[in-house]
Amino acid sequence: MITRRKMLMLLPAAAFAWKYVLAGTPEMASNYNRSEHWWGMLLDIDKCIGCGNCVRGCATENNVPEGYFRTWVERYHVPGWRQETPQVDSPNGGKDGFPPSTAVGGKNFFVPKMCNHCAESPCTQVCPVGATFESPDGVVLVDETYCLGCRYCIQACPYGCRFLHPTKHTAEKCSLCYHRITKGLTTACCENCPTGARQLADLKNPADPIHEFLKTHSVQVLKPYLATGAKAFYHDIDGSVR
Amino acid sequence: MCVCCASRHNVATCSIPCATRNRARGWPTEPDGVHVSKFKDAGHLVRLAIACAIVLVVFLLVRAYFIPKTFGEYGHYRGAALSELSSKPLAYAGHKACEDCHADVLEVKKAGKHAGVNCEACHGPLAKHAEEPASMVPQLPETAVLCARCHEENIAKPKTFPQVASTQHSGGVVCKTCHVPHSPLLQPGDKKS
Repeated sequence: MITRRKMLMLLPAAAFAWKYVLAGTPEMASNYNRSEHWWGMLLDIDKCIGCGNCVRGCATENNVPEGYFRTWVERYHVPGWRQETPQVDSPNGGKDGFPPSTAVGGKNFFVPKMCNHCAESPCTQVCPVGATFESPDGVVLVDETYCLGCRYCIQACPYGCRFLHPTKHTAEKCSLCYHRITKGLTTACCENCPTGARQLADLKNPADPIHEFLKTHSVQVLKPYLATGAKAFYHDIDGSVR
Repeated sequence: MCVCCASRHNVATCSIPCATRNRARGWPTEPDGVHVSKFKDAGHLVRLAIACAIVLVVFLLVRAYFIPKTFGEYGHYRGAALSELSSKPLAYAGHKACEDCHADVLEVKKAGKHAGVNCEACHGPLAKHAEEPASMVPQLPETAVLCARCHEENIAKPKTFPQVASTQHSGGVVCKTCHVPHSPLLQPGDKKS
């Protein structure tokens, strides 16, 4: 028979056991600590070969509908010295690769594009309901169960990285494969990039090689004059890229 | 003539509180003439307060019903969205999962030019295979299509990247006839003169 004394002695043990019961829930089972990370991406123009593996990988991983892109690749042709008028093409977002170029001379290169996961993102500032937000680990995400589909964020993004999902009618964008990076994996685009042109960067992790790279290489973010705090760092990017 | 406001109406019906009118109505008057019965209509105020309280309670109930429990946990958004987004299923298992079982391929790959190319970049999404190998057997990729995706000549590709015009390079012979995809560089003896 359990006496009152025994019961009182069992209570701390029960409390201790309950902690492990709670640990069984997905939220607490993960050893991922959001406050220890600050995610970004390094995109190396010198390494991009325009194979479209990143676009296909992203579409498969995230069920991106056909004709829409969370990431895409652009081909630039800058014929002369004027940076204002580059010729840019991106057939099907580069998903099927690129046909042979008809361009002759000038500068020619591929530019992978994606959400810049801005620290001061214009898209989250305009959301009227708090459906899009910057996570504690620096990823701009969309809560599709809360999104009204008002499209304000799509208009506000200066990089054109958002679209309205054709069937869900909610805003869609690159989530930096949040379901992967929180499990210790890299993003689908990085996983699929054969040349290492894309590299996931943890700006809070001192062991991440990104720190050494950013210190020793010339990098630039897109549209720096907008002060969006973009975290997609481009290496060796030409001034013609917008 | 009202003695209070000098209007034509009776002092008893005058709306301006004053000692004269109070006296006319038979109400008590304080020495300074302040209307002591100023809480005469306190019933209205009580009704107003009750109405406000009901509106407030209804507002709080409606707010509690419509705003998700975790809203505001980390910021101006639904905190539970973070765990929902991170619990989505994987399509690509990641190269570590492949290398755990296929160490022999890794050895070949590490020695070759494709050391930096992850398995699923060519073999496709294989998270299901990594979870339960028998449930999904990966198909061998078609090298004639696969290799050209990266190595077909294009002016926009970096100059240092190995590129070929496939029709001239092989004359239609599929790549794996000469190249081993996991370590594609031909041995010195294999090279055509």
